[in-house]
Amino acid sequence: MSISLSDVKRIASLSRIAVSDAEAEATRAQLSGIFSLIEEMQAVDTGGIAPMSHAQEIVLRLRSDTVTETDQHEAFQRGAPQVEAALYLVPKVIE
Amino acid sequence: MQWEVVIGLEVHAQLSTESKIFSGASTAFGAAPNAQACAVDIALPGVLPVLNRGAVERAIKFGLAVGAKVARRSVFSRKNYFYPDLPKGYQISQFDLPVVLGGEIPILVDGVEKKVRLTRAHLEEDAGKSLHEDFHGMTGIDLNRAGTPLLEIVSEPDMSSPLEAVAYARELHSLVRYLDICDGNMQEGSFRCDANVSVRRPGGPLGTRREIKNLNSFRFLQQAIEYEIRWQIDTLESGGKIQQATVLFDSDRGETRAMRSKEEAHDYRYFPDPDLLPLEISEAWIEEVGKTLPELPQAKRIRYVSDFGLSAYDAGVLTSSKELAAYFEEVVSIYSDAKVCANWVMGEVNGWLNKAGIEIAKCPISSRALAGLLNRIGDGTISGKIAKEVFEAMWNGEGEADAIIEARGLKQISDSSALEKIVDEIISNNPSQVADYRAGRDKLFAFFVGQAMKATRGQANPAQLSEILKQKLAG
Repeated sequence: MSISLSDVKRIASLSRIAVSDAEAEATRAQLSGIFSLIEEMQAVDTGGIAPMSHAQEIVLRLRSDTVTETDQHEAFQRGAPQVEAALYLVPKVIE
Repeated sequence: MQWEVVIGLEVHAQLSTESKIFSGASTAFGAAPNAQACAVDIALPGVLPVLNRGAVERAIKFGLAVGAKVARRSVFSRKNYFYPDLPKGYQISQFDLPVVLGGEIPILVDGVEKKVRLTRAHLEEDAGKSLHEDFHGMTGIDLNRAGTPLLEIVSEPDMSSPLEAVAYARELHSLVRYLDICDGNMQEGSFRCDANVSVRRPGGPLGTRREIKNLNSFRFLQQAIEYEIRWQIDTLESGGKIQQATVLFDSDRGETRAMRSKEEAHDYRYFPDPDLLPLEISEAWIEEVGKTLPELPQAKRIRYVSDFGLSAYDAGVLTSSKELAAYFEEVVSIYSDAKVCANWVMGEVNGWLNKAGIEIAKCPISSRALAGLLNRIGDGTISGKIAKEVFEAMWNGEGEADAIIEARGLKQISDSSALEKIVDEIISNNPSQVADYRAGRDKLFAFFVGQAMKATRGQANPAQLSEILKQKLAG
């Protein structure tokens, strides 16, 4: 299976990755390689096998519902580009 | 032209845990910005989510209460999209293997019971909040809400009118509060509704639906759906087509508007979250949770009709919230005439609560105090009419019924010699009315009752007064 250049650009846009035309073409070739590998694997008959959602045969450990964290926003916000009134400031995005 | 309306609802119920779904940060409402957003919630590199047992327990409780299948094994997936209030770039949710499958919610509209089927309910985390107010053209991000546990409850498109949709939402709201898994506070966003609405020709194929997002009151839910139905029918009847879209309800203008949103924004690229293993729920755990289920609204309604002889409507009103039902049951446990109790709780108590805009939990008259007042009607100390005056005084904090009756001298006059004396006076003071009455103007009887009530400041025992008047006026 090969994917089109417009598929690549769409995936890049969804992932918020800027790609030049040359990069998109190179990526297209690499992704197509991955997809053909997947295609090969799809030839294996998996009828009757439950889909695997995790590589390890263990299940989730749960924690008790208790508050264990303290307010550390000052420490966290030291690394933020812009902060005001304890809010992280980001470029305006209104849908 | 005839149109059929098809509505399905998605409700996000915030689960009432102390801590977040995947971190140990507090979920308390109203904290200072970012004070409750820990390293996991703000997605610092290297952090890992650990699932909160309390959130799972609440999902199990819900599943059992709606007669659904609680999945023995379910999986968390990543729902990918970019927005600044979602620091990871994905929301942890459940996709093809949710924790609750199926189930149903009974609703009652215009005396007709209908069952709304549920598709599923799944666990997920909430996003943070974007504040678009004036930050020099920037947006402020508060991540306190990020990671708050939500149960998203998805119905089948089984509702065919705005009223049915509201009845369903109310029933669900009442249920999550009965179960004590969500505080149901709609102003604070603890219970949010999205409505999928479409119209079609009767019996025809389903129309294209539009989704109205984030409705946070039952009134807005109804208004938004009503508007949306009219808009869709107008569009179709004038030859237009419906485009699938997400719309917002503008409550000031009373209309729905499509969000400016790129088509591809809805490609969420779900995949199982490699940070989280499958969630397994044992039969023993399900059984254990099952033992904690309270009596549910529907069972309570049936019991009120059979045990108390109430109408289905009254039973519905009284069981609409767990607190109101508890109040009513306390009153009935002291004053056993359930019909009278029901009338007072639904009439005076509810009426005054609505007027004051407060919840039953904050009612200034306790259930025991109300029962005390009803006892005084029951034993003939006061009439029902005087009781309303006493109720008002109790509401205003003047004390218990007995003290108010005593202080205001409101005891009903049941002493027949006193009543006879009053009636004699009225008869001698109103000779022409007496003559007219005796000549056949029966309607004048009400005039005499009025005079007697005036003379006794409303305190005459009505039945006794009527008896005495009849006798004396007969001559």
